Amino acid sequence: MLEIKNLSKNFGGFTALSDILLNVEPGERLGLIGPNGSGKTTLINCISGLIQDYQGEVYFNGENLNSLVAHKRARRGISRSFQIPKPFTSMTVRQNLLIPLEYAVRADDLQGISIEEQADKIIDDLDLNEKSNQLTSGLTQIEMRKLELARAMAVKPKVLISDEAMAGLSSSEVDDILKILITLNETTRITIIMIEHIMRAVMSFSERVICLDAGRIIANGTPDEVIKTPAVEKAYLGE
Amino acid sequence: MSRNRFYIIIGALLVLSYLATHFVDNQYYFFAGFAILQLMVMALAWNILGGYVGYVNFGSAAFFGLGAYSAIVALNLFDASLFAQIITGGCFAALIGFGTGYLTLRLRGVYFAIATLALLVVSETLIVNWEFVGGAAGTYVLPKKNPTILGVLVVGKQNALFDNYKELLFFLMCLIALATIIICSLVENSKLGRGLAALRDSEEAAESMGVPTLRLKLFATTLSASIMGVTGGIFPYYMTFIDPLSAFNLDISVNALAMPLIGGTATWLGPVLGAVVLGTLQQIATVTISSEVNLLIVGLFLVAFVIFAPSGFLGLIEKYWKRGD
Ligand SMILES: Nc1ncnc2c1ncn2[C@@H]1O[C@H](COP(=O)(O)OP(=O)(O)OP(=O)(O)O)[C@@H](O)[C@H]1O
Ligand SMILES: [Mg+2]
Repeated sequence: MLEIKNLSKNFGGFTALSDILLNVEPGERLGLIGPNGSGKTTLINCISGLIQDYQGEVYFNGENLNSLVAHKRARRGISRSFQIPKPFTSMTVRQNLLIPLEYAVRADDLQGISIEEQADKIIDDLDLNEKSNQLTSGLTQIEMRKLELARAMAVKPKVLISDEAMAGLSSSEVDDILKILITLNETTRITIIMIEHIMRAVMSFSERVICLDAGRIIANGTPDEVIKTPAVEKAYLGE
Repeated sequence: MSRNRFYIIIGALLVLSYLATHFVDNQYYFFAGFAILQLMVMALAWNILGGYVGYVNFGSAAFFGLGAYSAIVALNLFDASLFAQIITGGCFAALIGFGTGYLTLRLRGVYFAIATLALLVVSETLIVNWEFVGGAAGTYVLPKKNPTILGVLVVGKQNALFDNYKELLFFLMCLIALATIIICSLVENSKLGRGLAALRDSEEAAESMGVPTLRLKLFATTLSASIMGVTGGIFPYYMTFIDPLSAFNLDISVNALAMPLIGGTATWLGPVLGAVVLGTLQQIATVTISSEVNLLIVGLFLVAFVIFAPSGFLGLIEKYWKRGD
């Protein structure tokens, strides 16, 4: 459903992504790993449309997205969370979720449930009830990450891309989020792409893992295969 | 405040302002009132972009001046009525606002701020060199004799809606101010307003959450500019004379931005409060000291508020309110 063809991106003379070829299947749980600076965030910026001046093509359900700006891609069903949370600071947690529900979700995708109810459901799923009506400035670092993920879920996406949603979370909180994402994937069959440095989380979550290094895909396979690839070991551990 | 009560108060204020033109004799109040209301409308217009969206506009005077001069062009070409002049001012400023926005809003805030300043300089220079509208020397606007609307005499000594032009213009400015307040409150409480707030907080996040940020910014710029143009359109009539120096005066830009910052930028109440308090102070200072100190007053207030109360009067009031609980 998501096809990336020969995608490259340079920042000035620096090549952040080169010639990426990737197909993501409907309902797939895909892990995206790679050392710092390998281009993971840049790749999802290209997919979500925040970066548009890339070379190559991004197709979604057969449609070429290249000319579509980010909000149109969001409306097509591509949603992403931000590695460094970018909450709407003048709003409460609940109001943060109402923005995508009001702007990105098509009326018939709401299935007759009001956007307020939808927001409350997501807030409940992510255990943010206590903070629902508080401004985001009152959130802890962890709650901030949960809000980031919750807001991405509120787009009601077909593809959800989470960019290090679990950094800094405790082991049990990681399990909670994993459970939420797996349930979401199994009940709604949405595709989830997870960028994560916590190996235990990606490996248990993903059906398939790809590893980026210096802007190239150096491994693509089941978690077991990828972790045993010499190039991956080398990328992570050095020579 | 419920919606109904809000509209009832607006309606009552409008009736009150009309009654005032009949029962208040001292013409000074209409003169001063007009000045304060003009500040208020400029502040509300600035706040649509500066407060709701967070894009600083230094070029309010450009849209104001272009509104004023397009009204002059309409007058010189078509002998346009006051009403037509006001509409012309609003439409032309909207057009220029849209164009400026379209060219610069893809860029980040600083570029937009610089572009608005440049627009001010460019428009003034153009007008100074355009003899058709009076050039640097300016031009006079002679109020029309016995204007009528739908067969009713608007200004005249007998059986007219208003005794003189000062009163008519004061009433019109009230009408414009109240209409602007309604527009601002509608924006704030709409999907549009929520989208603007999202984009002010984080443009990237808003865009990724489905908010068409460029379109919303363009809309806000156009709306803001058109309201500024409307105040410009009525201005030559009020002064009966207009020259580039008064139409494109940087004081206007400074006032338009200072009033909301002093009053509070979150809702329409902030600019209104800022304009009433500072506008009144300015009028008192003009009478008792000299109009030269006006900008000084604004400047001092602005510095004080930016440092000690960044969310303005409203922020201060809210703080004491909470403390009282
Ligand atoms: N806007 C930009 N301008 C210039 N260089 C950039 C920009 N964004 C990213 N880069 C560079 O591109 C490379 C890839 O960055 P990216 O953020 O995609 O890495 P990442 O894999 O997400 O890393 P991390 O695990 O640290 O998040 C880095 O070297 C980064 O410095
Ligand atoms: Mg990253």
